[in-house]
Amino acid sequence: MAKYKMHILICGGTGCKSSNSLQIIDNFHKILAEKGLQDDVQVIKTGCFGFCEKGPIVKIMPDNTFYTQVKPEDVECIVNEHIIKGRKVPELLYTNPENKEHVSDSKHMDFYRKQIRIALRNCGFVDPENIEESISRGGYEALAKCLTEMTPQQVIDEITKSGLRGRGGAGFPTGVKWGLCAKNQADQKYIICNADEGDPGAFMDRSILEGDPNSIVEAMAIGGYAIGASKGLVYIRAEYPLAIDRLKIAISQAREYGLLGEDILGTGFNFDIELRYGAGAFVCGEETALIHSMEGKRGEPTLKPPFPAVRGYMDKPSNVNNVETLANIPVIITKGADWFRTIGTEKSPGTKVFALAGQINNVGLIEVPMGITLREIIYEIGGGIKDGREFKAVQTGGPSGGCLTAKHLDTEIDYDSLVAAGSMMGSGGMVVMDETSCMPAIAKFYLEFTCEESCGKCSPCRIGNKRLCELLEKITNGNGTMDDLYALRNLAAVIKDSALCGLGQTSPNPVLSTLDNFWDEYVEHVVDKKCRAGVCKKLMQYVIDPEKCIGCGKCAKNCPAETITRTDYIAPGHKLASMVIGQDKCVKCGACYQNCKFGAISIK
Amino acid sequence: MTKVKSLADLKAMREKLQSNLDVREKAEHPESLVQIKVAMATCGIAAGAKQVMEHMMQKADELHIPAVFTQTGCMGYCHAEPTLEVRVPGKDPIVFGHVDNNRADEILTKYVQQGELVEGIIPVNYETIDK
Repeated sequence: MAKYKMHILICGGTGCKSSNSLQIIDNFHKILAEKGLQDDVQVIKTGCFGFCEKGPIVKIMPDNTFYTQVKPEDVECIVNEHIIKGRKVPELLYTNPENKEHVSDSKHMDFYRKQIRIALRNCGFVDPENIEESISRGGYEALAKCLTEMTPQQVIDEITKSGLRGRGGAGFPTGVKWGLCAKNQADQKYIICNADEGDPGAFMDRSILEGDPNSIVEAMAIGGYAIGASKGLVYIRAEYPLAIDRLKIAISQAREYGLLGEDILGTGFNFDIELRYGAGAFVCGEETALIHSMEGKRGEPTLKPPFPAVRGYMDKPSNVNNVETLANIPVIITKGADWFRTIGTEKSPGTKVFALAGQINNVGLIEVPMGITLREIIYEIGGGIKDGREFKAVQTGGPSGGCLTAKHLDTEIDYDSLVAAGSMMGSGGMVVMDETSCMPAIAKFYLEFTCEESCGKCSPCRIGNKRLCELLEKITNGNGTMDDLYALRNLAAVIKDSALCGLGQTSPNPVLSTLDNFWDEYVEHVVDKKCRAGVCKKLMQYVIDPEKCIGCGKCAKNCPAETITRTDYIAPGHKLASMVIGQDKCVKCGACYQNCKFGAISIK
Repeated sequence: MTKVKSLADLKAMREKLQSNLDVREKAEHPESLVQIKVAMATCGIAAGAKQVMEHMMQKADELHIPAVFTQTGCMGYCHAEPTLEVRVPGKDPIVFGHVDNNRADEILTKYVQQGELVEGIIPVNYETIDK
């Protein structure tokens, strides 16, 4: 068979799929067949490229051309121009927002330049539904190396030496965790993959499972070998249907190829994987709650000890690892712990995947070495703040994390520095905020989330968070007092110290870190009854400047509350009397503000 | 379906499959490879550029030359189609004209492998701007 001369990689991740990337794939197949090019050009559906802001992404190899926001009807143009004539289609290339130049080669895009892709190494490169593509990239060789050349203890030692820490957020050393579980003797042990990704805005685990499920299958088998488990379980939320599908395909292909099942590679090692579905409860990301949920019980955490390594799933020694942690394992085995340690910082080696979201130009998934600064992430990779506005804060670690401000921009990010700055790594959500975000309102948003997700088992979390939320509600409604601010801080500290599991122990973090970093803004809310960002509706007023108002009446026409009326004051130089907003009936929708062409309406 | 029964099986399978992903792997670091651009405009294709490219890709594989092939548009040497540009790492690109299968072999075995110049060189009158 003649070899394909060109490969067209099309993102089949959840994001691009919802913007019609499957139709693009169909069109490529159809048009290439019409032109008789189906044997020259291969069309591959891959996982996520990470540059979700500009999806759907189509990448043409070998010239590394990166087309963004491709529509199904653009396919014909790409085939005619690029595939047949070798001319790139400039309209579809990524445009550098600074100099407006088209960037044809993805290696020259700021978004990719600073990234090091280990966990995401195959995402956007291979067809996740074809195990052969994974094997040709060296997939399952790490497993083979472990089974044939290394003892379980050597595997554990290598991972310990690499310094890999749990990517789910807490940062516990993975090798140590494996060692604890390996020590315990039992007739059955389990290795569990925690794919219950619950942080709002984080989607790295989903992307890895969608883009490179084989690496997780392989890593689980390696972990199973190391701790002495013949069974692997993936706890995945049912709301990730595509990830589930691809994982199932990978598992069945691995079985077919003899890479799962009995006597793997003739070494006598048996290992197989099953899936368990979660209903999408945040608390089930906590390992004891996760295990209870898998056993069919209520997803509630229990006190540790006993740790899962002693008594876990079905009371057998179990080891729970996060998806991204596992994705690093095969690379560490193949390239060695020493290599892994050359990346990142001394205490946090390797890379971390972050989901960039919020008021930032390049929303997407990035993998960067630990020790990179927030400034590099936000301004170089992320392309800066949307619409040239001012950076205010970045929220890391989801509902368990905190807000970092401009003074933290040059902090080198790793597990310990984030904690020292009053936040945490968490699973890697990174929500960037600008001056239009109100910090007490942000704290309230996260507290509402934890109130909803609290399992209700312990009172600090169940009742305490509810009270925190009510205090924040009061403050953002303009009814707060200085005493409320002190109460907020006290209560937050108490919850942190007394809650049962990680959820409750970290849930006050968004409150504490915003109180620390944005105290002035809280005081403004309670003393001056003002919200500088104009987010808290009860604290703001739209006002018309009678000197600027020409009296056109457009605001009144667009006012749904019909509360804008004409005064009898005519400003010097104007022909019509100015308008005025009746504050008692104003619903603060902002329609007048948006419709005024003369800048006469302002927020106070 | 063939099962993978041993480490040797897995390695053999990888070896066999690897070339399927060549086009993608090589795109990651083209500067360290022999880059061959084949002019594939209408006139190039009419003159047989497609067959030459296919032949050359096969030959490069046989000779284990790490090369990345790209199609480009018209290079402007309509009198000398099929034309191709060869860029050996560390050297200036050279354009060859009237390339048929034989000349393609020669380019690979003599120029690329041994650094000897062969017939058919067209003096370059353009510059490629690297962005």
